[in-house]
Amino acid sequence: MARPKGEFNAAPMADIAFLLLIFFLVATTFDVDTGIMRKLPPIPDEEQQRQQDDKQIKERNVFEVLINSNDQLLVEGDPMDISNLRESAKEFIVNPRNETDLPEMEMKEVPFFGETERTKGIVSLQNDRGTSYEMYMKVQNELTAAYNEVHDDLAMRKFGQHYKELTKEKKDAIDEKYPMIISEAEPKNVGGN
Amino acid sequence: MAKFREEGSKEIPQISTASLPDIIFMLIFFFMVSTTIRETQLMVENTVPGATEVKKLERKDLVSYIYIGKPKRQFQDMYGTEPRIQLNDSFAKVGDIRDYIATERKQLDESERPKMTTSLKVDEDTKMGVVTDVKLALRKASALKINYSAREVDRVY
Repeated sequence: MARPKGEFNAAPMADIAFLLLIFFLVATTFDVDTGIMRKLPPIPDEEQQRQQDDKQIKERNVFEVLINSNDQLLVEGDPMDISNLRESAKEFIVNPRNETDLPEMEMKEVPFFGETERTKGIVSLQNDRGTSYEMYMKVQNELTAAYNEVHDDLAMRKFGQHYKELTKEKKDAIDEKYPMIISEAEPKNVGGN
Repeated sequence: MAKFREEGSKEIPQISTASLPDIIFMLIFFFMVSTTIRETQLMVENTVPGATEVKKLERKDLVSYIYIGKPKRQFQDMYGTEPRIQLNDSFAKVGDIRDYIATERKQLDESERPKMTTSLKVDEDTKMGVVTDVKLALRKASALKINYSAREVDRVY
């Protein structure tokens, strides 16, 4: 007679495991949350408000982007298609030929770069209350893309690496050389709600 | 020629199913780890716009969500078709955001409160008016780190 082996019937175990598997399959949602990060400006108190009003920013240092309630763009006073926004924002940020209508440079001490030129340019974005969110996000996306490309170019030239492969210190240095400042003005209400 | 097969054992032995549960358990662990059970039920239409420059939102425990969009069909006769704000499981007004942020902030560890992020999940058909109001409310509640939720796409125009 055969001796009984130390085995038990494992078939029901597979059933239970299948049951659990089906539960987790159904309950799983693979939503990785992605999006565009932004920092809102704090509400200024009265003292700061007064200081801000005094501090005039020169027109050449501001890249003005307006979106109206029909989702049309006005960039630096001229109508523009969304597909040209990235290039023109990049030119504004870098100002490669030191033109007088593009932002001024100031000298600043930046790690890895030493005493270096830093752009004083800021982007000013204003939309209407009737602008569609889709268009607003396209503009935000293009402006972010412009900054990202400028940062990546600089990272390639200075460190020979892509921006996203750099260490945090090097990233911070690049961010400091071309700081991303997107200021949002209070929206207008021309097109109604 | 050499004979490899033993004489007499002609019938095929039964495959042992003992390793089957192991494989299934492996799959279970994978799904258990990757599962995020959705805790809020969406009451508004919510198709977030596409963007190319998206970043992944790390540390989900530090994120609170604000949904904006048209109410779904079953809520339309009660709440209309204008875009509305949803916080947790109910419709809310702009004025409720302050309390919502305060409650969310209280749940976090004191050292992690500055890292709190608000994810704006806004439907792409929404007009900017309501989004602007929400942003102003967030500024007043000093929840300044925000994330415009977006799908990753290859091109936007």
